[in-house]
Amino acid sequence: MFEGLTPAEWEAIRLSIRIAFVAMLASLPFGVAVALLLARVRFPGRTLVDGIVHLPLVMPPVVTGYLLLLLFGRRGPIGAWLESTFGIVLAFRWTGAALACAIMGFPLMVRAMRLSIEAIDERLEAAAATLGAHRLAVFATITLPLMLPGILAGMVLAFARALGEFGATITFVGNIPGETQTIPTAIYTYTQVPGGDVGALRLTAISIAIALAALVASDVLARRVARKVLGQ
Amino acid sequence: MSLSVAVEKRLGPAEMPFVLDAEFLSQGRITALFGRSGAGKSTLVNLIAGLLRPDRGSIRLDDAVLFDGAAGVDVPAHRRRIGYVFQEGRLFPHLSVRGNLVYGQRFTARQDRWATLDEIVDLLGIDALLDRRPAALSGGEKQRVAIGRALLASPRLLLMDEPLASLDRERKHEIIPYIERLRDRMQMPIVYVSHAIDEVSRLADTVVLLDAGKVVAVGRVNDVLGGSAEMLADGAEAGVVLTATVLAHDPENGVTRLNHPAGEFSIPLVDLAVGAPVRLRVRARDVALAVGDPGRISIRNRLAGTVTAITDAAPPSVAVRLDLAGDPLIANVTRDAVRDLGLKVGDHVTALIKSAAFDPLSVGGARTQGTS
Repeated sequence: MFEGLTPAEWEAIRLSIRIAFVAMLASLPFGVAVALLLARVRFPGRTLVDGIVHLPLVMPPVVTGYLLLLLFGRRGPIGAWLESTFGIVLAFRWTGAALACAIMGFPLMVRAMRLSIEAIDERLEAAAATLGAHRLAVFATITLPLMLPGILAGMVLAFARALGEFGATITFVGNIPGETQTIPTAIYTYTQVPGGDVGALRLTAISIAIALAALVASDVLARRVARKVLGQ
Repeated sequence: MSLSVAVEKRLGPAEMPFVLDAEFLSQGRITALFGRSGAGKSTLVNLIAGLLRPDRGSIRLDDAVLFDGAAGVDVPAHRRRIGYVFQEGRLFPHLSVRGNLVYGQRFTARQDRWATLDEIVDLLGIDALLDRRPAALSGGEKQRVAIGRALLASPRLLLMDEPLASLDRERKHEIIPYIERLRDRMQMPIVYVSHAIDEVSRLADTVVLLDAGKVVAVGRVNDVLGGSAEMLADGAEAGVVLTATVLAHDPENGVTRLNHPAGEFSIPLVDLAVGAPVRLRVRARDVALAVGDPGRISIRNRLAGTVTAITDAAPPSVAVRLDLAGDPLIANVTRDAVRDLGLKVGDHVTALIKSAAFDPLSVGGARTQGTS
C-alpha cells in the first residue's frame, strides 16, 4: 500500500500527524487549566466561559476558520502583533493549521478532563491537607494523578479531532502542498480532479489506519493507567 | 495537653440553618465527642482540623492559637499538624499502602517528626500490607492504614471521626485494641468522635456530650455517661465505667474473674493478662439491688456499696447511685422496689450484675489507673 504513495501524499501524512501532535500538546496545559476552572471554581460568568469553550463544537468549522483568519491573519489585530513582536506568522503556515486544530479539539479535550476532575473525591484532597500538604502539593500528588485517565482521554480525542479537521484549516491556512496540505485537504484535492479516485482511496485507507492505531494505543494506555491509578 | 474550643458555625440553608455553638476545654488523653447522629460532632472536628472555618470563636491547642476570629488568626489545615482519621478511611487509591503511610512525612519538618515507619507498622500490625493497594484491603485493614498514615505525619493532636462506624462487629473487635495501644503508647492526645457508648466508655477519659449543636456536658466518663438517659445518644443508656483488675481466667466456664475493691466478679472471657487493669461499662438497667444477703440466686456478681443519691429516671425507674469503694455505680430500679426495700441515702446495699450483661465490646484494657 505504501509503495504507491506519491511524495506529496507522504508529505500530507507527515504534516497531518505533526500538526495533530503539536495541536494536542500545545493545548494540553490550557485544557487542564480550563477544565479545573470549570470543574472547581465558582465564579460569575462561568456559564459564559463554558459556552465559549464549547462554541467550536457547534459552530460551522468554516466560521471558526474565518474568525481565525480575521484575528490571526497578517493584518488581523493578533496576527499583526505576533508578526511585529515575535516575527511569528500563522496564516497559511502549518503552525496556523495546528492552531486551528487545537481550537477545534479544545472542547472535546476540556470535556473529558472536566469529567475526570468531577469524578475525583474532594475529600481525598482534604485528607491530604490534614497530612500537611499545601494546595500545590495536593494538586501535584493527588488531583493530577487521579485525573490522569481523563487527561489521556482528552489528549486522544483532541488528536483524533485534529487529524480529521478540515473546514477551519482550509479556511485559515489554505491547502498548500508541503506546508498546510493535510490528509483531509489532500483527499479533497483528489476528489476535485478527474482520475483522483485512486489517490483519494489510498489516503482514506491510511487515514482509517492512523485513527484506529491511535484508538487502540490509547485504550491500552488508559487501561494501564487506570490499573496504576485506581489499583484495579 | 489542653484543647480549648469555643466556636460558632452556621451550616445549611439560611431559613433553616444548623447552628453549632460549642465550647469546651479538654485536658484528657482521649477526649470523646459523643452524641446522636447529627448532633454536630463531625462539624466540630472539621472545625478543629481546619477543614471548615468557624463563623466566630477560637480554637487553641496548648499555647498555639489555631483559630481566632476576633484576631483574624486562621492557621490553614496543612499547617495545623492535626492528624485526622476519617470514618471512610479516605486512603489515596493511586498509592500503595506504603505510599499512603509515608505521604505526610515529607511535609513534616525533620525536628517535628516523632513517628517512624517501622514503629507505626509494628504498632498497627500492617507489615504484610505495605505493598498492597488500598482497593485490595479489607475494611479493618483500611482503617489501620488510615490511622498509621495520620500518625506518620507526627501530629500534635489526632482526630478520629467515628473510625469504627463503617465496620462490622468483628472488625470493631479487631481495631479497638490498636486504638488502646495508641492511647497507651503515644504521647499524643486524641479527640475521638463516636455515637457508640461502648466505644466511648472503653476508650475515653474525658467526654464532651453534644446535642443539637450544643455542648450539654463535659467531664470525666462516669460523670457524663452517668447522666440521665434522655441526654445520651440514640439507644444509649445511663451507665458507668468501672476499673478492675484481672484476677484469673476460667476458660472451662468461659469467664474471666476480676477483682474490684468492692468485691470479685466475673465477666465473659476476655483476652487480657492476669493482673492487667480492665475498664468495663455497666449499664444502669443491668444492676439490681439487694439489702443484706440476697440468698440463693443465680447472679454471681455481688458488689458491696453505699447509696449516695436516689433520683428520678424515666418512669417507672428510679436511679439509685452507689459508691463502690470509690467508684460510682448506678442502678435503675422501680419506684416500688425502692419503697419496699426502704432505700435511703447512706444505706449499705449489694449491687447484683449478671455476668452476661457485659458486652465484650465494651470491655477493654485500661491504662494505669488514676490518670483519668
